[in-house]
Amino acid sequence: MNFLFHLGRYALFVRDSFRRPIKHRVFVGQVLKEMDILGLSSVGIVAIISFFMGAVITLQLAYNLELPFIPSYTLGVGARDTMLLEFSSTMVSLILAGKVGSHIASQIGTMRVTEQIDVLDVMGINSVGFLVLPKIVGLMLMMPFLVIVSMGVGIFGGWLAGVMSGVVSSVDFIEGLQYAFVPFYIVYALIKSLVFAFLISSIAGYWGYYTKGGSLEVGQSSTKAVVVSSIQILLFNLILTQLMLA
Amino acid sequence: MIEARNIVKSFEDKEVLKDVSATFRTGYTNLIIGQSGSGKTVFLKTLVGLHEADSGSVVYDDRNFTGMSKLERIEIRKEIGMLFQGSALFDSMTVEENVRFPLDMFSDQSLEEKRERANFCLKRVNLDNVNHLFPSEISGGMQKRVAIARAIALNPRYLFCDEPNSGLDPKTAIVIDELIQEITKEYNMTTIINTHDMNSVLGIGEHIVFIYEGKKYWEGSSAEVLKSDNQVLNDFIFASKFLKGVV
Ligand SMILES: Nc1ncnc2c1ncn2[C@@H]1O[C@H](COP(=O)(O)OP(=O)(O)OP(=O)(O)O)[C@@H](O)[C@H]1O
Ligand SMILES: [Mg+2]
Repeated sequence: MNFLFHLGRYALFVRDSFRRPIKHRVFVGQVLKEMDILGLSSVGIVAIISFFMGAVITLQLAYNLELPFIPSYTLGVGARDTMLLEFSSTMVSLILAGKVGSHIASQIGTMRVTEQIDVLDVMGINSVGFLVLPKIVGLMLMMPFLVIVSMGVGIFGGWLAGVMSGVVSSVDFIEGLQYAFVPFYIVYALIKSLVFAFLISSIAGYWGYYTKGGSLEVGQSSTKAVVVSSIQILLFNLILTQLMLA
Repeated sequence: MIEARNIVKSFEDKEVLKDVSATFRTGYTNLIIGQSGSGKTVFLKTLVGLHEADSGSVVYDDRNFTGMSKLERIEIRKEIGMLFQGSALFDSMTVEENVRFPLDMFSDQSLEEKRERANFCLKRVNLDNVNHLFPSEISGGMQKRVAIARAIALNPRYLFCDEPNSGLDPKTAIVIDELIQEITKEYNMTTIINTHDMNSVLGIGEHIVFIYEGKKYWEGSSAEVLKSDNQVLNDFIFASKFLKGVV
């Protein structure tokens, strides 16, 4: 019952965000601002996490594959495919659900409880469209970029860890990177990341927008936003994988 | 002139407004008074359409606001300025951007013209040299004034103020009250102010609507308010020992 209530209200919320658009110039400005706040400011954390994950994946693979018949370029293949298929889209999205999702929900939630959203509504501005659509668009524009950064940095981390620890030579690792490469994996990751970006920004916006009460409730909304969008990311990851790779 | 006709408003099973009717005249500071929790904010928000009334209607100068669609309402919304209980300034924008915001959204003026207008409004509320500060960097009284400046940026015909002087010291409170009254006269606006401050009631209460537990109990002028024989009103008015001694 509760689930259906939120699902229905979420659907209307998303629909409203596309209605009655605000002035074009204002909108573009808002989108650019969100791209900066949501996207550019996440490059650091995405790069750091990807670097270490790439490194750890390579070392773990090396540790698990300590068999004489398996060629060492396999490490390059493994690091590449793990980053491309799963980590750079799904894991990065989960991390962003925490960082960006809580940011969006608490920002909009605070605006709700301090009546800033009422100010917009009184003026006849479509507050959902004004507040949420630029975040959806901004994050969706930045997400592919973040994913590419994550892929690059992650594979670099794998290469560095592999070479530094001596488990694989640079030449072998790079050979592995090129071995049986499926370009579609990148497309797959980018499509997934676009869907995840939409889920994070719209779900976080939803929980923020319908906050009631005071600062305690803003905190609760932001927790809800992170939990719900993370679960949805996992669910859609499953669905999209089945649709695109099966 | 704004008319509220038989407004009823409930939340879940709690009836907050019980058949409230009142008339607010143009060019006057109209006050809505009542205890905390009596339903003043809900009433004001129903008047401007932030809450939908369960029944009854709100009429702006013979235009039935209640019967309009969201789109039709926009014309009236452009004539409304509102001051919220907590100022509700956009905290991601500077003072000047806050005041310019309605212009950015609705006017086709150049940036120069909009800044000029914003500065004019800020001057009107006696604020200087705060343009580039953020709301968190100025005092509560200044925030109220910025909020007033923002509310009048588009030259509204209707001004709504929810407890404009709550949380202010008595002197600043009077300054804000008088400012609102001056602006009302200057632009011949229909102004409605929520308050439970007796200083405001006596100072700028040209027309007073008293709400008690969601019902309108009394309506009249500040001259009459002290002489009323309405028991509930008197309990509210003379709650202050100080006033009891005076009258
Ligand atoms: N969105 C809401 N949902 C449920 N109940 C509400 C809502 N808004 C207000 N109420 C209830 O309506 C009643 C009147 O509230 P309101 O905020 O109008 O009082 P008020 O007269 O403005 O008080 P104050 O002077 O403290 O601001 C309160 O009992 C409040 O709990
Ligand atoms: Mg109130």
